[in-house]
Amino acid sequence: MNAHPAIGPALGQPDASDDGIAKGEVLLKVDNVSLSFGGVKAITDISFDVRKGEIRAIIGPNGAGKTSMLNVVNGFYTPQQGTITFRGVERRAMKPHHAVRQGIARTFQNVALFKGMTTLENIMAGRSVHMHRNVFWQMLWHGPALKEEIEHREKVEEIIDFLEIEHIRRTPVGKLPYGLQKRVELGRALAMEPSLLLLDEPMAGMNLEEKEDMSRFIIDVNQQRGTTIALIEHDMGVVMDLSDRVVVLDYGKKIADGPPDEVKNDQAVIDAYLGVAH
Amino acid sequence: MLYRVAGQFKTSYEADYALFPVRQDAWLLAFILLLAFVVFPMTANEFVFRALLIPVLIYSLAALGLNILTGYAGQLSLGTGAFMGVGAYACYKLVTIFPEMNFVIALAISGLFSATVGMAFGLPSLRIKGFYLAIATLAAQFFLVWLFQKWAWLYNYNTSGAIQVPNIDMFGVTVAGPNATAIVQYYFVLAIVCAITFLAINITRGRIGRIWKSVRDMDIAAELVGINLMKAKLMAFFVSSYIVGIAGALFVFLWRGAAEAALFDIPLSFRVLFIAIIGGLGSILGNYLGAILIVALPVILSTVPRAFGLPISPSMVEHLNIMVVGALIITFLIVEPHGLARYWAIIREKLIIWPFPH
Ligand SMILES: Nc1ncnc2c1ncn2[C@@H]1O[C@H](COP(=O)(O)OP(=O)(O)O)[C@@H](O)[C@H]1O
Ligand SMILES: [Mg+2]
Repeated sequence: MNAHPAIGPALGQPDASDDGIAKGEVLLKVDNVSLSFGGVKAITDISFDVRKGEIRAIIGPNGAGKTSMLNVVNGFYTPQQGTITFRGVERRAMKPHHAVRQGIARTFQNVALFKGMTTLENIMAGRSVHMHRNVFWQMLWHGPALKEEIEHREKVEEIIDFLEIEHIRRTPVGKLPYGLQKRVELGRALAMEPSLLLLDEPMAGMNLEEKEDMSRFIIDVNQQRGTTIALIEHDMGVVMDLSDRVVVLDYGKKIADGPPDEVKNDQAVIDAYLGVAH
Repeated sequence: MLYRVAGQFKTSYEADYALFPVRQDAWLLAFILLLAFVVFPMTANEFVFRALLIPVLIYSLAALGLNILTGYAGQLSLGTGAFMGVGAYACYKLVTIFPEMNFVIALAISGLFSATVGMAFGLPSLRIKGFYLAIATLAAQFFLVWLFQKWAWLYNYNTSGAIQVPNIDMFGVTVAGPNATAIVQYYFVLAIVCAITFLAINITRGRIGRIWKSVRDMDIAAELVGINLMKAKLMAFFVSSYIVGIAGALFVFLWRGAAEAALFDIPLSFRVLFIAIIGGLGSILGNYLGAILIVALPVILSTVPRAFGLPISPSMVEHLNIMVVGALIITFLIVEPHGLARYWAIIREKLIIWPFPH
């Protein structure tokens, strides 16, 4: 592993430390959640939790309901049944931008960046929730609005250094190769200073070296900033290396839950991955 | 070597946020301002003021307003003409009800009316987008023009159905109405357009500009970085319609001198949209380039052939104008959606590395 700038205290007080949950306690609890689209049952009666400070993996074959699960957690879908409890507060229906304000950030399976904006602008956009100067200060620009802009720019530059993307700061992200786009998207999520970071297949479509870099970034974010991470990943090797605990989904149902070694040897999991008929 | 950036290092983020990180840009702007504030007024005659300079400025302002909505926030509107009308009628009512009111204040308040109406007609944007939103704004266009005709109170029950701009003084100088001189009107419009442009640049380069562009580029992702889509879109409609409304008031008070409802109909909406598209969506500079082209084109078409001794009829000029503008729109939509402003950006980049392209 290369030496690289620290991302811990340098980024100011990470929000993760002031969400009122002690390390190792339950940060997110999903209870008996079911979600269907018309006739399609995407998720059936799933329960699991994510503890503060851990890296939690969600795995399972294609179409198992992993992405749908993240969409429920960050408020994009409201489940027909079940409850979500985040930071000790139970909720049912909410808008995604409220979830962000509570401290949930995410990246997408198919990169969802602002294509016409530069790397810098994309990551700055991730700071929108932390910026408050109103339209009148913005019109004047000089003074409080500029001061705020610079404060946040400094935090964003730390993220840019950390992710080693200084050279593409001014490049419109639509022109970047896929691997770098994924990195910028991680940067934008980090800029939100979430207490729970959801990553949907952060390494899909990457080569080995890019995967190693991304794994390193994920571990550093988790260890240095104390950010809790829930990630979906296909590469079993990566999952085994990174995660503290793993949930396995298959056809919308939970079939296993536990530490990586245990899950790896679970018969139901082996069957699901080998495609044994149900 | 015109655009040498070597040696111009930035030592702080503050310096990086200077309006002109490259010094030559500041010189260029100073040169343009010198032309606008000194050279043009000293050399222009009545015809140049009224047929070129004043309309270019007013159309630029209207396109700037539309560009904030469509180019920055990604919400297509075909109702610009009607929102200009709201600004113009509001200003007319204000100056006739409160003749003592300072005209700049009347203008600022007129903008509030058009902003509120624009925001109300922007409500459908919360549910629909793209083509369907365009149709909804078109409905606003029809409804408002109908209202301008039917609601006689708006034009003070004049039998002609038109509004006539009265003489309006500011600090002893007549700025609008039959007695106003072209040069005063030019300076008045120039000052307002400069001020609003400055404010618009600031809004679009900071937090709010980024929010708008996020909504434009991918609204779902914008929501998932914590942006409140409803607030972002309604604010875009508000700010955009504010500027468009002021442009509408200037259009009537500082240029046309009189107006009836039909003036604000669809052709005006499209003319402003064409300026924004040809100039470049998502750009501030582009509005000026687009307005210069659209306003100057018919003037050039009618004067140049005559200068060469070719007789050209006014209707011929009009047809040629429509054909050229149509061709330009199609070309830009296909070849360069970022418009004339993009060409300037390319030239500028070339000049920065010129004459050593490596
Ligand atoms: N918006 C949607 N509308 C209808 N069906 C959906 C939608 N999103 C997901 N699904 C269905 O739900 C199931 C789970 O999908 P998804 O959560 O994307 O799986 P995974 O991420 O594990 O590959 C699939 O059968 C998929 O077709
Ligand atoms: Mg998925």
